[in-house]
Amino acid sequence: MTARVTIRIQQADFDIAKEIAALTQGRTDIGAVVSFSGICRGSEGGESVAALTLEHYPEMAEAEIARHAETAMSRWPLNGLTVIHRVGRIAAGENIVLVLTASQHRQAAFQAAEFLMDYLKANAPFWKRAETTAGTGWVDARHHDDAAAARWTKS
Amino acid sequence: MKVKYFAWVRERVGKAEETVEPPASVRTVDELMAWLARRDESYAYAFERPRVIRAAIDHAHVKPDATIAGAREIAFFPPMTGG
Repeated sequence: MTARVTIRIQQADFDIAKEIAALTQGRTDIGAVVSFSGICRGSEGGESVAALTLEHYPEMAEAEIARHAETAMSRWPLNGLTVIHRVGRIAAGENIVLVLTASQHRQAAFQAAEFLMDYLKANAPFWKRAETTAGTGWVDARHHDDAAAARWTKS
Repeated sequence: MKVKYFAWVRERVGKAEETVEPPASVRTVDELMAWLARRDESYAYAFERPRVIRAAIDHAHVKPDATIAGAREIAFFPPMTGG
């Protein structure tokens, strides 16, 4: 059976159960599905966050995510994967990003999901603007995301 | 070549994209940033800390010493906060 790779960038929210069903439907070769969803938190550094607004570089975001998906598919024995990244205004408590990985056995699914998230955090061209009690401003990138992505580099 | 700006780089420059024709002496991403910074105060402000700015050529990340020859689209942006 061929691998199912789904990559979407969209304003609308996603339904995790529906996406898992789409990934696994009709297949009997999948033994493990790992799901990660990133959610907009309601506080950051002592301030209350009302919402995040995500800007992105459309053509590059698609290209980057596709590259990472291809890397994941070639590094781990996966039956499929799904990456959905939202853009636009996202209120506290709402979904931002979804990563699903499917494999025969759980190790590949867990590792590939973590790899994809670490790379999304470090390399995907999206930028968050936060509305907080202290005002509205751009969120700073975190160095530990670069470090997390770097540990996947083969030596 | 087309140049695109994102996030606070775009806000400081005052535009999302433009077409530029740098002289042949401007060969790398670094040199392009310095050339743009000299245009006016807005550009100088956007590129005042060049080591913070990231760049992409034709939708792929590049280092500051990458050559710009043959690039169709160059983008400048702050460190990313996706995912």
